[in-house]
Amino acid sequence: MNTSDQIIKLAIMAVGGQGGGVMANWVETTARACGYAVQATSVAGVAQRTGATIYYLEMAPQQGRMQVFSQAPSAGDVDILVAAEWMEAGRAILRGFVTPDRTTLIASTHRALAVSEKSVPGDGIANAGEVSAAAEIAARQLIMFDMEETALSVGSVISASLFGALAGSGALPFPRDAFEQAIQVSGKGVEKSLLAFDCGFAKALQEEAEQEATNLAPQLHPRGPAHMVVEWQNLAAELEILPASLREILMAGLRKTVDFQDISYGREYLARIKAVLQHDTAARDYLLTQEAAKHIANAMAYDDLIRVAGLKTRAARFVRIEAEMKPGADNLMKVTEFMHPRAAEIVGLLPAGFGQKCSENPKTMARIDRLFNKARRLRSNGLFAFLQLYTLGGMRKWRLRSFRHAMEVEHMNRWLETALGHAEKRYDLAVELIRCRRLIKGYSDTHSRGQSKFDKVLEGINLVAERKDAADWAKRLRDAALQDEKSEALDGALKTLRSFA
Amino acid sequence: MAERSFKKEVEHLRLGAGETFTGEGILAITKALLECGVGYVGGYQGAPISHLMDVLADAEDLLTELNVRFEANASEAAAAAMLAASVHYPIRGAVTFKGPVGVNVAADALANLSSSGVTGGALVIVGEDYGEGSSIMQERSHSFAMKSQFWMLDPRPNLPSIVKMVEQGFALSEASNTPVMLMVRIRSCHVTGSFETRDNMRPALSVKDALVNPRRDFSRVVLPPMSYIHEQDKITKRWPAAEKYITENGLNEQFGPPQAPIGIAVQGGMYNNVIRALQRLGLANSFGDTDVPLYVLNVTYPLVKDEFLTFCQGKSGVLVVEEGQPEFIEQGFATLLNRAGNSTKLYGKNVLPMAGEYTGQAMLQGLTAFLHKAAPDMLADNLRSPNAPVTPIPDLSKTVPIRPPGFCTGCPERPIFAALKLVEQERGQHQISGDIGCHLFASLPPFEIGGSTMGYGLGPASNAAFDGGGEKRAISIIGDGGFWHNGLSSSIGNLVFNKSDTVTVIVDNFYSAATGGQDVLSSPNDNASKSTKHPIAAALKGVGVEWIRQIDHTYDVTKVRAVLQEALSADYDGPKVIVASSECMLNKQRREKPARTDAIQQGRRVEVPRFGVDSDICTGDHACIRLSGCPSLSLKHLKDPLRDDPVAHIDQTCVGCGNCGEVADAAILCPSFYRVEVVHNAGAFERLRAGVTTKVIGWLQNRRLHKQLEFAEDQT
Repeated sequence: MNTSDQIIKLAIMAVGGQGGGVMANWVETTARACGYAVQATSVAGVAQRTGATIYYLEMAPQQGRMQVFSQAPSAGDVDILVAAEWMEAGRAILRGFVTPDRTTLIASTHRALAVSEKSVPGDGIANAGEVSAAAEIAARQLIMFDMEETALSVGSVISASLFGALAGSGALPFPRDAFEQAIQVSGKGVEKSLLAFDCGFAKALQEEAEQEATNLAPQLHPRGPAHMVVEWQNLAAELEILPASLREILMAGLRKTVDFQDISYGREYLARIKAVLQHDTAARDYLLTQEAAKHIANAMAYDDLIRVAGLKTRAARFVRIEAEMKPGADNLMKVTEFMHPRAAEIVGLLPAGFGQKCSENPKTMARIDRLFNKARRLRSNGLFAFLQLYTLGGMRKWRLRSFRHAMEVEHMNRWLETALGHAEKRYDLAVELIRCRRLIKGYSDTHSRGQSKFDKVLEGINLVAERKDAADWAKRLRDAALQDEKSEALDGALKTLRSFA
Repeated sequence: MAERSFKKEVEHLRLGAGETFTGEGILAITKALLECGVGYVGGYQGAPISHLMDVLADAEDLLTELNVRFEANASEAAAAAMLAASVHYPIRGAVTFKGPVGVNVAADALANLSSSGVTGGALVIVGEDYGEGSSIMQERSHSFAMKSQFWMLDPRPNLPSIVKMVEQGFALSEASNTPVMLMVRIRSCHVTGSFETRDNMRPALSVKDALVNPRRDFSRVVLPPMSYIHEQDKITKRWPAAEKYITENGLNEQFGPPQAPIGIAVQGGMYNNVIRALQRLGLANSFGDTDVPLYVLNVTYPLVKDEFLTFCQGKSGVLVVEEGQPEFIEQGFATLLNRAGNSTKLYGKNVLPMAGEYTGQAMLQGLTAFLHKAAPDMLADNLRSPNAPVTPIPDLSKTVPIRPPGFCTGCPERPIFAALKLVEQERGQHQISGDIGCHLFASLPPFEIGGSTMGYGLGPASNAAFDGGGEKRAISIIGDGGFWHNGLSSSIGNLVFNKSDTVTVIVDNFYSAATGGQDVLSSPNDNASKSTKHPIAAALKGVGVEWIRQIDHTYDVTKVRAVLQEALSADYDGPKVIVASSECMLNKQRREKPARTDAIQQGRRVEVPRFGVDSDICTGDHACIRLSGCPSLSLKHLKDPLRDDPVAHIDQTCVGCGNCGEVADAAILCPSFYRVEVVHNAGAFERLRAGVTTKVIGWLQNRRLHKQLEFAEDQT
């Protein structure tokens, strides 16, 4: 019925800069070499500057007469859809280019996040699972794996692994050599492209189940003097008497607090948790404690200069940087930090009483700012800067007497008191209040902005605390606060709330 | 240096008679020009014909060999004006630019050219930037042909047809003394295919020869009373001559059975998509043999009355397939039918969308609707009343994020707008106008700076209403491309003339970057055939700007911010102009990457920078991203049960431009960013020092581990 069925229609959806054009060229070369008439089209223009972009090819065996090829893909009429990124696969499905009667969908599962996803202060990353679910239904044949990683692992780019997966899918009636020959004649980065092609080809043939699905947290182990390791093991053993469902998160919290300060600080963490547990019950799956375990750990391990400097100078960090940068065995690395401490951070290091006094005097703060507030570039794997950071990072013993610590403790107590005060009567609200701690993050202005959002949310919750749906409101306010930087959504939600509260 | 080099492909332009050319549309057009004995070519870059300009530039040797003059014009107006050479001289000339914005700019020259009429064939190749992938307002170039009375070609989108229409376009132009516009749509510019070539032809009269024997004829000058005669000429002489040429040479084509109850009149450029819809309806085969008669308008203006009326004979209904709005062709045909007292029913925008691109889906639905009304018998049963259930596919419209274009990784414009955003955070929002160019991406998130774009080089001009100054000064953005295109006179000159109390930021990335990195007057590199290295600041001084600040390293966010602050607060009430210069990163990488690879291979010491983020220090607020939007600065979820929000992460595409670190500094964000310089081929002393340092650092790290507990992954 559809007389264009003898024509193979192939669309490539990519993000500008991914090499969609290179791949389209390869496909064209392959098809021509195999005696096919081919037409390729693309849309030029600003779409290629990191925007969503599309390449489209039609091909049919040469028959002495020219076929009439269409210039753009049509919904419901695409045989092969190659998506070089997972949300672009979603876009293809959305546009009707993937249909159960005909389409082979070859898509990379990796993500190149859109600006709208990554600029959200909270978690704005699109739900990849929804695309997977749609792809399972929409595609006649589905080949999906992380083709970006496949290519990177052999030092190539995604167009090559996609091309391999296309060849491996068997959706095009051409032999493997023809594909490889196309890469050969293009003459650029041939060797690595062929490697990535080979990996892509192989993975396209694998069953889905064979694809790796490891999402386990990395195993962290204590390192330090033997007696401390023993002490740690004793402390960790205390978790055994606590509800089993809490152990994993408590272990993480315990590690974080000990790593931040010392064993006795970890003990303090555990004491705080136990206090929360008294308000909790198995009937609720210990949800309150679960959340408290996370947020108390984060609150206790606040980001002060000592912590930052300590982390920057650890051996494990340099190992991690090396693993990420892959400098090559013979090459050296110079690591530079971008630090910009202000008076607030400096004053935070002072003894609590003195720090308090300084912070209350704008003149003193201005004077300290003049001395310290400037951009500092520190060559952290150079001796001089390393020593500066190392010394600062070694000030842990001092920390608990600092002004910053006093402030953090005071703030934490206020927050926990407010939250736990509701635990008996309004358990859900207590949980939501605990979760509000997520709003406080960052440094400097970002930190103050988070703090002010946190205060606003708590104030708002206070207005409706007596209502039945207080917990819902708390969640709504928190989500609104995480939506945008200027807290427009939050202010809107608060306005609504004030209209009836 | 243009983004894409066609040095290899232009060799195919030398193919001779009987050989086969295989390649892209723009190259085919260039080849056709040479086969037609063109005497001069020019144009102004812009999608989708940027690459045509690049091809011409790369083919300059061949053009010179053939005595063809090539000019990279200053603007579309300048390009159209160049066609003046064909007014008095029998020399074929062709220029290219994008439509309809380029045609807007060129309109003045095109109108004068059309009034004067031409002796030599004059061809304007317009890349119609309409539909998916377009970067401009959605309009048609068609109306320009109607108002100025020049002819519009819209060939079927395959290489042989396009090539043939270039040839016929020159002949038509000469036969009717009228300039001709050849329209190619976005996808046709880059459509690939083959055609049989002919020998290249030198111009019978070259521009150099013409200079030896200058000609003039005041009857061609647009002044009264000649201008009145020109208008009459257009209608009484040139139009009939054009109709005659079009009919006699079969420029429009007909396909399908000669007798049928219905038919379709279609713009040439829409032909393939109409055939696809007919194929899907089972009414045409894969070669385009169709059951429905087609009248294909390779010439969309003028409409040829007799041809159309003959096509309508014996047909009860005819569909006009015409993309875009308004429906000029449909209206024209309706008038012809009405005046002829013909009862054939005309279909068009009543079954097809009035606005928007004619996608495959729109075409299929439109044709189906037409057949339903005009010839239901031709539709297969299952199309007349479909009953097969369609599998419902989950709706992803709320899941999939939009992905508009943005600044490339390492773009030197990003830090300028980061600084401007920081300034606005301190001083409040300002009235900011944008211009055309990459910098307009700043109007999108995460920056959202600038609320309008009125035309190339018109950024500051579009702020004229705010020129008087007020509590806060208005800010205008303009690029180096826009500056040289039109901005120096229309925008900057008039800022001086009107004593404008505003701030203008000239975003100088060394090239016409958005159109593919072509050189401009101020490009700092050498260009064999052009004169470059003319500083923007010197031009500013020349037109009388007194307050000028030159920034040579835009990545210094703190400095850019300080200069912006200075401009906004300076005790000076004339125009304040900041030239923010740093090279387009695409061009820079294209040049430096191979050089760096060579240097490393030759054993020279090279530092390669890249940025990273300490994921345990990043708190996941993403403030850095809201001041960047860099493609290489993304997010990742940590496998840590204590963390809810994803943290910043920099991938391997980072070019180490420094924006992250600078922004973290300037905005005092956080200490998570670090820069790594990988040092290749370090010298012996450097290695020794690094070795000792590493040892000392290792000893210190070990020492600390004797005093405190740390947690780390096992390192093997």
